[in-house]
Order: sequence, then structure tokens, then C-alpha cells
Amino acid sequence: MPVQGYMYPNEIELAWSVLIVLYPYITGLVAGAFILASLERVFRVEAVRPTYRLALLTALAFLLVAPLPLQLHLGHPERSFEMYLTPHRTSAMAMFGFVYLWYLMAVLVLEIWLDYRRDIVLLSQRTKGFERFVYRVLTLGSTNISENALRIDDRAGYIITLVGIPSAFLLHGYVGFLFGSVKANPWWSSPMMPVVFLFSAMVSGIAVVLLLYMFSSWYRKQTIDMRCVDTVARYLFYTFLIDFSLEMLDLVHRIYEADESFRSLDFMVHTRLYLSQVVIQIYMGTLAPIGLLALTQLLKLGEKTRKRIYAVAGSLTLIGIFAMRWNVVIGGQLFSKSFLGYTTYKIGFVAKEGLLTAVVLTLLPFAILWVLVKLLPPWPDCEPPAPGSAAPAHGDD
Amino acid sequence: MKITRRQLLILLPAAAVAWDSVLAGTPETSPNYKLTEHWWGMLVDISKCIGCGNCVRACATENNVPEGYFRTWVERYHVSDTDLANPVVDSPNGGKNGFPPILGSGGRNFFVPKMCNHCADSPCTQVCPVGATFMTPDGVVLVDKEYCIGCRYCIQACPYGCRFLNPKTQTAEKCTLCYHRITKGLTTACCEACPTGARQLADLKNPNDPIHEFLRTHTVQVLKPYMATGAKLFYNDLDGSVR
Repeated sequence: MPVQGYMYPNEIELAWSVLIVLYPYITGLVAGAFILASLERVFRVEAVRPTYRLALLTALAFLLVAPLPLQLHLGHPERSFEMYLTPHRTSAMAMFGFVYLWYLMAVLVLEIWLDYRRDIVLLSQRTKGFERFVYRVLTLGSTNISENALRIDDRAGYIITLVGIPSAFLLHGYVGFLFGSVKANPWWSSPMMPVVFLFSAMVSGIAVVLLLYMFSSWYRKQTIDMRCVDTVARYLFYTFLIDFSLEMLDLVHRIYEADESFRSLDFMVHTRLYLSQVVIQIYMGTLAPIGLLALTQLLKLGEKTRKRIYAVAGSLTLIGIFAMRWNVVIGGQLFSKSFLGYTTYKIGFVAKEGLLTAVVLTLLPFAILWVLVKLLPPWPDCEPPAPGSAAPAHGDD
Repeated sequence: MKITRRQLLILLPAAAVAWDSVLAGTPETSPNYKLTEHWWGMLVDISKCIGCGNCVRACATENNVPEGYFRTWVERYHVSDTDLANPVVDSPNGGKNGFPPILGSGGRNFFVPKMCNHCADSPCTQVCPVGATFMTPDGVVLVDKEYCIGCRYCIQACPYGCRFLNPKTQTAEKCTLCYHRITKGLTTACCEACPTGARQLADLKNPNDPIHEFLRTHTVQVLKPYMATGAKLFYNDLDGSVR
């Protein structure tokens, strides 16, 4: 039964589809990965250094894909540039383009370029043919890698990271605000929304970098730096605790206040959202990984067990955060603003906003990351040796 | 056909009266219309609505509204005397074809016509990222379909469920208060089609508009006043159970 009770007739069809679920999910991964990277840079957490460059490239790969679900969702994607040309100042959404461009160009691309500049210059000297051409373009004509120049790079990178942290907060807090400021929808309307989005973003970003680091080490047949993964997992655990507490605070507040929307929302959580919210998001995607990570903090477990726990907890976390985005975006449209009825979300498979598109868009950042990793190897053991040094050259992979 | 002088004397005054009504129905030419002299809203008298669906059909025809979507619709409320907080509501096909026999016995039954509230502080206008949704100086919220990017943020922001994405134009759509008619001195299609006068177009800036007298002498409310949208769709006899 698609409709139960009474929906306003224009509400039966959902306005925002699975692609709008992907949008906060992907930007969350960007913000989280960047914040993890900045730990090393700004707070000098040496232990997480092996993930630093990987986290930056992950953030870039996901950021490049972030506008695609939005673009595909628009009724008139060819008019989207109007948001840059004639932004409506009272609209939260109008700021998306500016926040996005600021983060992409002023923070992420600049920081990656500064961090890799020495490597790019060295690679442009070492490689041949088309590869050489690509690296020469990437140097942007700046080939000075004297000690003094590198010191300036480092200083500039540090300042950009300093600016980058609030920018990452802005990027994802803003996404939360987009939903939290819709007063017509009690499921969304909450000042907690930007904060909850931010912490869940950090959780998902840390989890994805943890998994990518472990996977890439396994793939490259390199030993995993346990000090690094233990530290990253610890951050994941603590951030997750904060995130979970915030979400529970929101939930308890709603239950205790029990305003006019409560019966409607409560009904939904026990019926249409039971699987995605209670089972997948809370039990499987939050309590299970928190429990598993707690085990690694409380017990003295062997290296192999810890690795397995991290892999399972990280994967469950990513599923849980996806479910959280789903429950916010789709869940927020399943009930009527009259609080008298419920509708159903029907997802197509091969459609502009269908499941296939969503799967492709989810996998696309990984493909981009693969290219980025080939182009700019993030592994500490793969940094090109300075000319004239005796260190053996590594092949990039 | 031969017309005698006598017949002509009878016909002439009749023709004069008829001509007068023809003139009354002739739209005011647009150049004479001054935006700043009007502030449009609508009055809905719930006690007069009989749920015939004329308004929904007239609107769909006048504005070429796609099937399955509604710029206006009519809801039927059934409020039982034992459970005031949980009304039973239905609106089969937006009430376009009228309503089937009553849902339950006892309690109260009444119809509530719904449409865009043309809010003075409309959330849909606020959230539109490109300013395609805007308020005219005479108080009508409109969508520029040549400019709308189809992001549907406005649909989410409307507390009354009045907006939809037109599947053909892929742009947001809603009631225009028949702007093409009211700026020419006509009333809206729904008001014109209403057989009981349950809907009345109201010009709040016109001191001679009967709305002022009505507002002075009746208890009039708007939907969801706590949303503070400055709604200009005024309901007479609005039951507290209506959402």
C-alpha cells in the first residue's frame, strides 16, 4: 500500500530521491577525511602520518563527485550556473556553489598541490613522454624545489590547513543547515542538525580512510603500521561516541517533548523506517562498531584480531552513516506535513535518479582515487628521491 | 425577420442591460493595472463549501495542470466527537470529481479547499537558490519557469504541500492566483466556478473590497499560524482539527 492515511495530494511522490541521500554522504566523507588529514598537519599527530596524503586524495576524489548527484537531480541542470550568476541571498542552497568552490580550489587543491609540489617537480624530471607532460603541467611552471622554497610551501600548507579546518566544518555543517532550517518539516527542523551532520561526517571520513589505508597496504603487500591504525581507530571511537550522544540527545528530546509531530514520527520509526533506522543505523551501524571499537580499547588484543575488528567496524560505520543520511532525507519525506498519513519511496533501477545511478556515483570516487593515487603516490615509501641521492627509486603503484 | 417599433422599444433597454454585463466581464486592460494598488489574498468560507470539485476542475482546465498534481484541492474532514485530535481526512483525486458517500457516522463532516497561501513571508521564496520563486508587488507568489532549476527545495519548504514539480516542464509549479486573470480585472478560475461563493478573491488594499467588512465581522483564521508565514488564505469557520 503506497499511501496510508492522508497525504496532501502533491506529497505522495517524493521530491528528493536517493541522489540527495548521496550528496550529504559524499560531502561528509570529504569533510571527515580532511579533518583526519589536518590532525597530522596542525596538531602534529605523527602516528597518523601514513594516512595523511591518502586522506587528502580521498577527500579530493569524493569532492569531485559531490556535485554530480545534485546536478543529475535538477530538473534543469543546464541552468545550475544561475546559482553563481544570480544567487538568491536568502537561500541556504544558493551558497552551495560558493562553499563548494572555496573548499575545492582554495583549500583542498591548493593544499594537495603544495604538499606534492616537490614530488611533482621531481617526477616531471624523471618521467618521459606523456607522463612527463602531465607532471610538467601540474608543476604550473613552479619548479624551484630549493630548501627555502620547500619551507615556504610547508608554511603555506600549514596556513591553508588552518583555514581548511573551519572550511571543512563549514562544508558539512552547511549541508546539515540545509535540512535543519526547513521549518515546514519537523523531522529536519532542528538546530542540532548541522552539529550531528558534522560529527557523523567525521565518523564516516575517518572510517573510509582507515579502510582505504588497510586495503591499500594489503594490496601493495606492505605491512600495516599498527601504531597508525590504532590511533585512527581510537579517533573513530571517540568521534563516534560524541556523534552517537548527539543523536541520542536529539532523540530523547523529541520523545520527551512529544510535540504534535511526534506520533507521526514515532509511528514511522516503528514501521517504515524500522529496518533502515533501528536495525541498520542504530544497531548495526552504530552500536555494533562502537562496541567493537570499545573492545580494542579495553582488551589487549592481538594485531590480527585488531585489524579484523577495524575492518568490520569501519565497514559497519560506513553502512550506518549511509543509513543515517537515508533516514534523514528519505525518512523526512515519508510522512505528511498534515501528520495524518505516510507514503512510500519507489526507487527505479535504470533511471536518471535510479539505483544504478546511485551505485555508479558511489563507486566513481574510488575510480577517481585510483587515478589520483597512480598520478600522485601518497605512500611515504614512494616519495621520489631527490636528484643525486643514493636511495633506490620505487615504482609507483 | 421584421421587428416592429414596439418590439424595438422593448429590446433596446434589454440589450443595454446585456451590454452592461458584457462590459462588466470584459477584462480590464493590463496597462491600467497598477501593481502597488493591490494586495491579493483569498477568503475561503468553509461553511459554504459543498465539495463539488468545480474549483479543482476549473483550475486544472484554466492552468493546464498535469493529471495527478494539484494547484488547488478539496479535503473532506470527518471529526468524531470522541477523538477531536485525529480527524479522518480524504481527498480522492484532490476532490476533482466530488466525493463518495460519507466515511463514518457521527461527528462533524466538512470540506476544506486548499491552495497556495500566497504568504507574505513565504518560506518557498526564501529558499529558492536562484530567485525563480518571487513575490510580486501586489502580493502573489509566482514561479518563473524560465528560470527555475528544478531543485525542489521550495517543495520541501512549503508547510502546506502546495507545490509540485511539473513532470513536463521539470520546474516547480503551484497556484498563481490566476495572475493572468486578476491583473485584467477578472477573478480566479476557482472563484468563478464556485457555485456557493465559498471562495472569494480578496484585494486587501482596496478599501471597497467586501473582505474588510467580512474580516471585521467574522472569526477568520489561517492554516498553521505557528509557521509565521504571513499566509493570505483566510478561512472562515476553520475547525481546530484542520492541518
